[in-house]
Amino acid sequence: MSIFSTPHENHSSWRRWLLTDTPTSRNHARVASFYQGWLSFKSNPMAMFGLLILVFLAFVAIFAPILAPHDPFTQDLSNRLAPLASEGHFLGTDSLGRDILSRLIYGARITLYIVLLVALIAPVAGLFVGTVAGYTGGWVDAILMRITDIFLAFPRLVLALAFVAALGAGIENAVIAISLTAWPPYARIARAETLTIRNSDYISAVKLQGAGPLRIIMRHIWPLCISSLIVRVTLDMAGIILAAAGLGFLGLGAQPPSPEWGAMISEGRKFILDHWWVATIPGLAIFMVSLAFNLLGDGLRDVLDPKDSGS
Amino acid sequence: MTIQAEPGKGRRKSPFSTFTISTFKTIGTILVTMLGLLFVTFIIGRVMPIDPVISIVGERASKETYDAAYRAMGLDKPVIIQFFYYIRDILQGDFGQSLLNARPVAEDIKRVFPATLELATLGTLIGVIIGVPLGVLAAVNRGSWIDQIARFVALVGYSMPIFWLGLVGLLIFYGILGWVGGPGRVGIFYVDVVPSVSGMILVDSLLDGNWTVFKDAMSHIILPASLLGYYSLAYISRMTRSFMLEQMNSEYITTARVKGLSEWTVIWRHAFGNIKVQLITVIALSYAGLLEGSVLTEIIFAWPGIGSYITTALLSADMNAVLGGTVVVGLVFVCLNVFSDLLYKFFDPRAK
Repeated sequence: MSIFSTPHENHSSWRRWLLTDTPTSRNHARVASFYQGWLSFKSNPMAMFGLLILVFLAFVAIFAPILAPHDPFTQDLSNRLAPLASEGHFLGTDSLGRDILSRLIYGARITLYIVLLVALIAPVAGLFVGTVAGYTGGWVDAILMRITDIFLAFPRLVLALAFVAALGAGIENAVIAISLTAWPPYARIARAETLTIRNSDYISAVKLQGAGPLRIIMRHIWPLCISSLIVRVTLDMAGIILAAAGLGFLGLGAQPPSPEWGAMISEGRKFILDHWWVATIPGLAIFMVSLAFNLLGDGLRDVLDPKDSGS
Repeated sequence: MTIQAEPGKGRRKSPFSTFTISTFKTIGTILVTMLGLLFVTFIIGRVMPIDPVISIVGERASKETYDAAYRAMGLDKPVIIQFFYYIRDILQGDFGQSLLNARPVAEDIKRVFPATLELATLGTLIGVIIGVPLGVLAAVNRGSWIDQIARFVALVGYSMPIFWLGLVGLLIFYGILGWVGGPGRVGIFYVDVVPSVSGMILVDSLLDGNWTVFKDAMSHIILPASLLGYYSLAYISRMTRSFMLEQMNSEYITTARVKGLSEWTVIWRHAFGNIKVQLITVIALSYAGLLEGSVLTEIIFAWPGIGSYITTALLSADMNAVLGGTVVVGLVFVCLNVFSDLLYKFFDPRAK
């Protein structure tokens, strides 16, 4: 306990406390394992690069009104299609004279919004279906997994298109459509994890203490499924961003004048041969963000789920 | 415990009965999945905000006309009966009429589908021809610069928005360099020059022996097909690499090397021979992915395939065409999935 009494003594005692093999409490163990994961994550430069880009994206999205040099919606028809690095417009202007850099900055908010919503809906739905199916077994499992298989066998983008067609275009509907097509893999993963957990001794112990199925699933099975889900969600994020941008490009996601990146490419498409930057620059932004998620996902997989790592 | 227990596991009967059981299970899976697909498209058709009756009789139709059309479309029946009608129609190849051109949707799909097939096939071909050797090389020279390059190529492929890459490709290779034909399947002078047999212009022009059209069609398809090829390349090369790594670490490879076999024989005859079946599964899956993934590419390149068809129909609220297209793409997708599954089961003795 002497370590506890002098936590501020110097840097190395903190490290020793975090790297200990004999944790003194549950929280100590948690912090220590988190720190060790962070150390191994930090040693992967590509993953750190991905994290850096995403932190930057979040920063830009939060402080968009301060960072953006112009209003993203103000039109200036006398100064339309201004080239790169023209006066006052670092990335030029689009066909209505709106500042592309400012639209890009505000577009970060939309991208982040879509990513967060899908990341909240799809894995949670999948986690719920998968753990209930795996824990209950029997015909519930059979039915739920059959439904999962059906959704898994669908072409995702085309199904999302059909959903959006039925629900009407817009960001929220695009999010719903993407989530509806994205949850099945998570259900599969969660079910597989549950099957390996549910017969373990500690679950029997909790059962003997009188815990009901709901409590067992939520308090004792969910926490163990989280890490493999996080890895999968991060790796899927790139695909989700690309799908959302694709829907936006088709005019089925965010509606004009919203500065969604996919919609911006679609607006600039008509001028691609003469004014290439209008369509090209938002594409670079989409590419950077989905690349960042891929890099981060690879790094997280090495830390959280070493058995699946590709190398 | 589950109904998806692997066939043959824990059962030690004659191989025939295992085979029969697994065949029945597969057929059951296909039927249930297709029924599910039809059910979902049916639901989508039901919840859409557009009134299907008004879109046929028009806004100003009288009450009687409206009711007559309502009954004729079976909308007064219970939903479950309507679902059966829907299945019956689709089994007869009837997807309803397109609201845009008042032609049967099935005919439209028959016309546009070969274009997508042509594009996806060429794309997969490019992906396989480059992706498989790249994956093998990366696995054999693990950690070397070749491995790093293969990793980078795949990573960029996974992260790039395909419609954007298409635009940039058009800008560079068509707009600036002028190396390839622009959007569309052939130049305006060659439209309908060769008789349509298969619906695929490359095949038709070859059958007709018309090299001019073939060359022109090639110059148009090469860019979109390369783009799709790049995507399947990213996937195929990664999968090939991990399959090969698994083989290269096994003991029989060491044995083969100890015997003094050449490195070429060890890699291509021994290791590669063992991953063929897995690889075909992956290729079938990526082919299915391309059939679907070509939606955005078709839009960029004005390619008159099923992706363009669905999207155009979508933007004009032509629900029959959208759902018909979705069902067809879904069916092909499911079939390819099942096909790759079967292939695995029947050709890989380890899966039995």
